[in-house]
Amino acid sequence: MVLMNRSHILGITAIALAVVANVAPAQTAVTPRARADSARYPYTDADIRFMSGMIGHHAQAIVMAGWAPSHGASASVRTLCERIINEQSDEIVSMQTWLRDRGQPAPDGHTMGMKMMMNGHEETMLMPGMLTEAQMKELDAARGTEFDRLFLTYMIQHHKGAVSMVHDLFESYGAAQDEAVFKFASDVNVDQSTEIARMQKMLLALEIEGGSK
Amino acid sequence: MAFVYPLRSVSLALALLSAGACAHPGMTSSGSTGASPDNSISVTAPSPDPRVGLKGGLTDAGQAAWNMRLLSNTPPSTAFVDKTNSDLAFDGKYVIQGSYNGFQVWDISTPTKPTLRTAYVCPASQSDVSIYKNLLFVSGEGLSGRLDCGTEGVKDTVSSARLRGIRIFDISDLDHPKNVGNVQTCRGSHTHTLLVDPHDQDNVYIYISGSSGVRSPSELPGCVKETPDKDPNSSLFRIEIIKVPVAHPEQAAIVSSAHIFNGLTAPTTHAAAAEDAAETATAKAQGKFVASMHGQEFVLGPRFVDPKLDSIVKARGGTGAPTGADSAALRAALPELLAKMIGTTVAELNAPRPVTQCHDITVYPSIGLAGGACEGYGMLLDIHDPAHPTRLTAAADSNFSYWHSATFNNDGTKLLFTDEWGGGGQPKCRATDKYQWGADAIYAIQGGQLKFLSYYKMPAAQTKFENCVAHNGSLIPIPGRDVMVQAWYQGGLSVFDWTDGAHPKEIAFFDRGPVDSTKMASGGSWSAYWYNGVIVSSEIARGLDVFELTPSPLISQNEIDAAKSVQFDQFNTQGQPQLVWPASFTLARAYLDQLARSKGLAAGKIDAARTALASAEQASGGARRDALTQLATTLDADASGAKDGAKTRTLASTVRDLAAKS
Repeated sequence: MVLMNRSHILGITAIALAVVANVAPAQTAVTPRARADSARYPYTDADIRFMSGMIGHHAQAIVMAGWAPSHGASASVRTLCERIINEQSDEIVSMQTWLRDRGQPAPDGHTMGMKMMMNGHEETMLMPGMLTEAQMKELDAARGTEFDRLFLTYMIQHHKGAVSMVHDLFESYGAAQDEAVFKFASDVNVDQSTEIARMQKMLLALEIEGGSK
Repeated sequence: MAFVYPLRSVSLALALLSAGACAHPGMTSSGSTGASPDNSISVTAPSPDPRVGLKGGLTDAGQAAWNMRLLSNTPPSTAFVDKTNSDLAFDGKYVIQGSYNGFQVWDISTPTKPTLRTAYVCPASQSDVSIYKNLLFVSGEGLSGRLDCGTEGVKDTVSSARLRGIRIFDISDLDHPKNVGNVQTCRGSHTHTLLVDPHDQDNVYIYISGSSGVRSPSELPGCVKETPDKDPNSSLFRIEIIKVPVAHPEQAAIVSSAHIFNGLTAPTTHAAAAEDAAETATAKAQGKFVASMHGQEFVLGPRFVDPKLDSIVKARGGTGAPTGADSAALRAALPELLAKMIGTTVAELNAPRPVTQCHDITVYPSIGLAGGACEGYGMLLDIHDPAHPTRLTAAADSNFSYWHSATFNNDGTKLLFTDEWGGGGQPKCRATDKYQWGADAIYAIQGGQLKFLSYYKMPAAQTKFENCVAHNGSLIPIPGRDVMVQAWYQGGLSVFDWTDGAHPKEIAFFDRGPVDSTKMASGGSWSAYWYNGVIVSSEIARGLDVFELTPSPLISQNEIDAAKSVQFDQFNTQGQPQLVWPASFTLARAYLDQLARSKGLAAGKIDAARTALASAEQASGGARRDALTQLATTLDADASGAKDGAKTRTLASTVRDLAAKS
């Protein structure tokens, strides 16, 4: 992963422009509002890290939500999971497109977490809020009300992690100048915060009634 | 394949068109014979839907239209190519089109050929625009917006160069807009709503809706990003209200922050999802245990309560039934207990978390109400005191993802909310996407409460490369009906009738194929609004589209003409004006067409009324007045036996008003 510091931003911008120009296909009528934007607002390492990391973050949410039908989830949890899968699958495609449009490697959308070279070998790093392998196993083993309870608890934690990634992004120098990044990050913040509140209510209802409908 | 009219209604449409073409006010759609138009043709949308399978392309995509016609498409001016076009405001013969790069002003006096008046570069997302007299207001929330309108962005996390809030321009000289003031806000302005107070000539108010990150207090003093449980001055739970002295816009400033989210108690809900159920009032009256979370209340059932009470009895070494003191002890311990159960703290549990901001607020000053689309809730607000709006009621819907905007019907008896599921950049109109998701929800306003009626979604399946979801629209001023035109991004435009709120029905549409049929490329209609006789749509990638409605069995020429009789000097969609139709022969004929369509009055009586109107129109002065007065009397008598007595009486009243004008 390329590291950039402040003094290199302008230099990198020039390179980014050159790279984009060189990999551009023949000019067609359709396109590259992306290219116009990337020329205007250079992206930073923090933007790339955010987009790449969020793909791996979403990938795990999709696996977790994908268990709802087979693990006896209640109707309301199943609806929630359907929505999460739909939303986050589409968002993965958007993030991959954004990265590729800028000549950056795009994670595959299935790997949970972010692959990195560490100490000479490849490791998968967990983004904030992500479940450990043990927690994933625990969720996968659960059924019915227990699945609902664990799913909601863990997905709340997962969403809080996504929200913290957005905050980290906005605290980074030069980050989120790109309108697509800004909008996407802002949307993740709002959508997932709203969903956290919804899930807390569902969790409470679950605990109180000893099972959802 | 381009498809314009469904085959079987072509001949009728042509007949109506030709009648319209040589008509002057007073000609009925059936000519002067008085015979009623044949409305026995069933009027359903073309099938298969021509919007499915359209060829892609930025400038040459396939098109499908039904009961409306594209008059012109004008690509963006040079500086605005490849930039995202956003919202619209209207000023006389001009439409002001916001863009992430600034704004363009188009002269649409010839709707088939709009011309550019001004292109003003001043980057800001999303450049939501409103107009009041000579003042233009533009929203900015992104991190790269600059006070000096520069295009280089703002890299520092804290910078005095940054603009997040409202820009104010004086456009007395349209060729040289002048930035006369700026108001910075803590979360920037994603959208804004201009409110003209009927009792205050000197000032206008702007409600700021901002949902993105809170600024550092080093950049803007007073901004607090912590939640209210940690800091009561939180910037997170309020809308900012700016007061603008019209004569001195440079003095515009924030005057209050409405905490309309405070103490949000159990809202009325629609979907029968377990998480949204609550019956707290009755429960409390019965002495049941009620838990409170984020200002919402839940009844705790015996399965939860009984074991807890038993533990308390045991803990004090007692036996038998729990006492009043035991119940009190449980009540006291509840917050801590619940917080632990969902893995949080009591402080966080009590914080009004579910809603932190409104996305968009539509004010309807004539009736003193506003509709707020606020994250997890659709809200009804009282705005009689513009600087201090208060919340009347709120609705939650488990099918809604992101409450986006609100539109009242003209009577103020219904409120329509939109759900911008996916944020506008995602394809949510695929065959696999649920109808109820990313749709509109229609509510009845009854006794200060919101009662769910139905969902409406643009019904044609779009591809995975077309961003599509409910977005901005406005009422079409067809008298006697609630009709709306709405933008659905690359889902195109949909015109639907929601007079019967429980059964909305599409009555016109326009769509293009995807901007790019090989990959996702953002495009489509951001906003589609009716203005002074035409429909104007801001196409994100393709520029400015202007349409007109074409007559059909679903919308008659008279109804279209009556809609055109409603004219505005300036128009901001989120500041809903009250629609008033001047009494005219066209208006009377529009009502007759509607009565014929719904068989609300006997066919013979409708024919007789048409004949009477036609001859009254041929007469003048006293003769006309008498003829119309006589007709009004007849219609009033007809009303008592009519299936639609109310509309017949409305017609009678219109005819009487017309008599008074003669």
